[in-house]
Amino acid sequence: MLSLIEILISIFVLLGSFLSLIGSLGIMRLPDIYSRMHAATKSATLGVVLLILGTFTYFLGEGIFSLQLLLTIAFVFLTAPVAAMIISRSAHRNGVELWGRTKHDELQESYPEHLEPERENEKVERP
Amino acid sequence: MFETVLLVMLFLLAIAILGGLYRAIKGPSMADRVIALDLISIMMIALIGVVSIYMETDAFLEAILLLGILAFIGAVAFGKYIERGVIIERKRDD
Repeated sequence: MLSLIEILISIFVLLGSFLSLIGSLGIMRLPDIYSRMHAATKSATLGVVLLILGTFTYFLGEGIFSLQLLLTIAFVFLTAPVAAMIISRSAHRNGVELWGRTKHDELQESYPEHLEPERENEKVERP
Repeated sequence: MFETVLLVMLFLLAIAILGGLYRAIKGPSMADRVIALDLISIMMIALIGVVSIYMETDAFLEAILLLGILAFIGAVAFGKYIERGVIIERKRDD
């Protein structure tokens, strides 16, 4: 039978793998890069944090207090959204196309005239 | 029982990595591929964590931290490369 700490680790690992799988499904199925970014960074980051927490709990049960795992949790939690923001901003500046049913593009107004990226499927009526 | 749970979770994580690999190969733009590779490296962190529970060793924990740092630096470098074409900008005097 499972002991109590093994049940705890199993719950952490199960939730983490489930969230990672959802992130992978999102990155396969969603229509454009910005929504894919949404899937890949939010759910996968939470899943990885839960999995590392499970690993930390296991080694705590073995009598090893591992500071590297706590550092990894803090680091992944801080840096994964930053990396996603940098990549999505560079994609938007380079003119990667939005999904055809996108309603509003707020970053559109922040470009100077000569730097405006050209997208094909975007029909913005300017006054 | 506990080993079975860990093996099933390893299998699910491997499927998740395969999904990222599909997007990294097929992705229409360069940023898609960077996102997919970032996802793969983050999944690899999780995979190494589960493997180190399964093998009952603490030898891989440094590898987890290093992979986290490398994933972030790689994503930022690729982002700057896509945006401007250079990674390290140098200031010119004139």
